[in-house]
Amino acid sequence: MKRDIILCGVGGQGILSIATVIGYAAVESDLYLKQAEVHGMSQRGGDVQSHFRISDKEIFSDLIPFGGADMIISVEPMESLRYLPYLSQNGWVITNDKPFNNIVNYPELEEIHAQIKKIDNHILINADDIAKEIGSPRSMNMVMIGAAAKHLGIEFSSLIDGIKFIFGKKGEEMVNLNIKALEAGKAFAEKFSK
Amino acid sequence: MEKLLFLGDEALAQGAIDAGMSGIYAYPGTPSTEILEHVQKSKVAQERNIHREWSANEKTAAESSLGMSYAGKRTMVCMKHVGLNVAADCFMNSAITGANGGAIVAVADDPSMHSSQNEQDSRIFAKFAMVPTFEPSNQQECYDMVFHAFEMSEKHQIPIMMRLTTRLSHSRSGVVTKSILAENELKLPKDSRQFVLLPAIARRRYKMLLDNQVKFEQESEMSPFNKYIDGKDKSKGIIACGIAYNYLMENYQDKECPYPILKISQYPLPRKQVEKITSECDEILILEEGAPMIEEMLKGYLNNSLNIKGRLDGTLPRDGELNPNLVKQAITGQKTEMNLIPEEVKGRPPQFCKGCGHIDVYTSLNEVMAEYGDGHVLADIGCYTLAALPPFEAINSCVDMGASITMAKGAADAGLFPSIAVIGDSTFTHSGMTGLSDAVIEKTNMVVIISDNSTTGMTGGQNSHALDRLVGICEGLGVEKDHITRINPLPKNREAMAELMRKEIAYNGVSVIIPTRECVQTLKRKLTKK
Ligand SMILES: Cc1ncc(C[n+]2csc(CCOP(=O)(O)OP(=O)(O)O)c2C)c(N)n1
Repeated sequence: MKRDIILCGVGGQGILSIATVIGYAAVESDLYLKQAEVHGMSQRGGDVQSHFRISDKEIFSDLIPFGGADMIISVEPMESLRYLPYLSQNGWVITNDKPFNNIVNYPELEEIHAQIKKIDNHILINADDIAKEIGSPRSMNMVMIGAAAKHLGIEFSSLIDGIKFIFGKKGEEMVNLNIKALEAGKAFAEKFSK
Repeated sequence: MEKLLFLGDEALAQGAIDAGMSGIYAYPGTPSTEILEHVQKSKVAQERNIHREWSANEKTAAESSLGMSYAGKRTMVCMKHVGLNVAADCFMNSAITGANGGAIVAVADDPSMHSSQNEQDSRIFAKFAMVPTFEPSNQQECYDMVFHAFEMSEKHQIPIMMRLTTRLSHSRSGVVTKSILAENELKLPKDSRQFVLLPAIARRRYKMLLDNQVKFEQESEMSPFNKYIDGKDKSKGIIACGIAYNYLMENYQDKECPYPILKISQYPLPRKQVEKITSECDEILILEEGAPMIEEMLKGYLNNSLNIKGRLDGTLPRDGELNPNLVKQAITGQKTEMNLIPEEVKGRPPQFCKGCGHIDVYTSLNEVMAEYGDGHVLADIGCYTLAALPPFEAINSCVDMGASITMAKGAADAGLFPSIAVIGDSTFTHSGMTGLSDAVIEKTNMVVIISDNSTTGMTGGQNSHALDRLVGICEGLGVEKDHITRINPLPKNREAMAELMRKEIAYNGVSVIIPTRECVQTLKRKLTKK
């Protein structure tokens, strides 16, 4: 079992909370983990990425090789395309469809969506709306994990444990909302694949 | 024994705490910042009252750390690679004084310049100073090496460099920890003149440093962190340093590497192992993150003996960080096939945060400078450097911490008018003050704008030594009271700020304008904490 995942988005969108939840679940499942983050300069509204690797064997490189990622999980559609050089032949692109438009030359959204749809294995999800519907707009990241859950190689229950661990301090309601977001993402992905 | 998830920086910090460190000194700088921050978060550090405050700059940090070593305790100073330039005077000379309590100089390099002005390789600095260096390849080694480094530092009375690079500093992985050691007792050096570098003493101690090189080499030859892994195919031998070893092994996950490998994680180079691999193999591929240091050493100037491949002959790129694909290509000649980035994808450079006070400062400044034309603003390093990019394109320089004031002075000396310096509050107390003193002494005709967001913003909001002290400092340095002005950089004050700038430009002498408003990020954090 080995999963190499590129997590990406725009600085401030909180991609690291995705890493933390999956990371907790991975460690609980006795997997090895390496996660290279980006700090500093690029956090100020610039593009951010994290190389996230889990495996049942020792992991050497902190960076995922180009052409080696099993999955790109992106909380922003244009950003999901920036890391295509990392994606493997049969890799998955799982991305939020809602743009984060903070540049003057942001392309037409249809063009971005069209590029994403060219990728064989993709899930385009309106994670912001789904999170809003369940009454927790800030849980968009958990919706994204839910959408990716099937391909993560980790038990769904471990992901729920991860959420309990990370949000436990903030009270039961926060935990439940985030679990709901996770489940909603999963449900969407199941329908999407059909 | 416990297994915890740590960044390379955090593993290093935890190792230091567990190895009985009594003090850590640093000035923030990506990718080294999290080392001291980890100690600040540690309960044990609190219980033991380990020194863990930020210093004004890397030089003061290095000197304080040396002082703690002088007093017999284990200590670490941390910085980013360019910080070592600032601390270089202390660093070079501390190789000659040597250490008393275990002393580690942790330097995080930033190959590919993810958040830096250059990609200088600190191993070269260590070689220059003749100081032994550890270069961990993973988070566990970051942790374990600290114990060895402190021991070796005390055994040979020498500071030890710990060299990290971005991808290790900022990558997280499981680390098994050990039980914690006691701190050293206060104990002065046996030789009361060890730290007195008068020429006569310095000459003697320098000879000792030279003599000790043999011992350092022996330590490297015996080091558990340097590894010789034999291979059947001697057509090629591979020397892989630090994190480059991981990129190599990434390519041999499921199969054995046919070539002999020498993993280097401790310097000076282990001579015996290097002699072995170079004599046994027809060709040597050198994988090192940063400069081609070992490559140059082995090649020699005339390049007339060994068949060496690496960054100098184009087998690997001369600049930038390595990765598994580049290493694969260097070994097999195979390029990785990969998808292209679609044309639709546009660059997304970092930007000022919404509501940032720097925005107001630059809006006013641009309005005023439009009256004089381009090329008058010498700036510095921090969030406010983002004004080099559109939409502001307001600044004309960013070289090293503090260089705004001194370059503006030099330009004014050359006749540039107006000559404007823009510097941040933390950068000002880092190395702007001395330059301002120069300008005051000569009554240079210039305007210094200290854009004060009351924090060290660029690196994540560490305490700023300038907090509430800027006016006092400027007065103390001799700037005339009437020409030190604080103003709140709010959109509604933009016109007033522009007027103030015009007025101070008209004054023939040193003026300091201090727009002061807290960073929106630190403010937000404070408000959510409440
Ligand atoms: C010698 C050196 N040390 C540290 C750094 C890293 N660094 C760059 S900017 C900066 C902080 C600047 O803070 P401040 O001047 O207050 O400006 P702000 O980012 O808050 O606007 C630091 C620590 C560096 N580039 N060079």
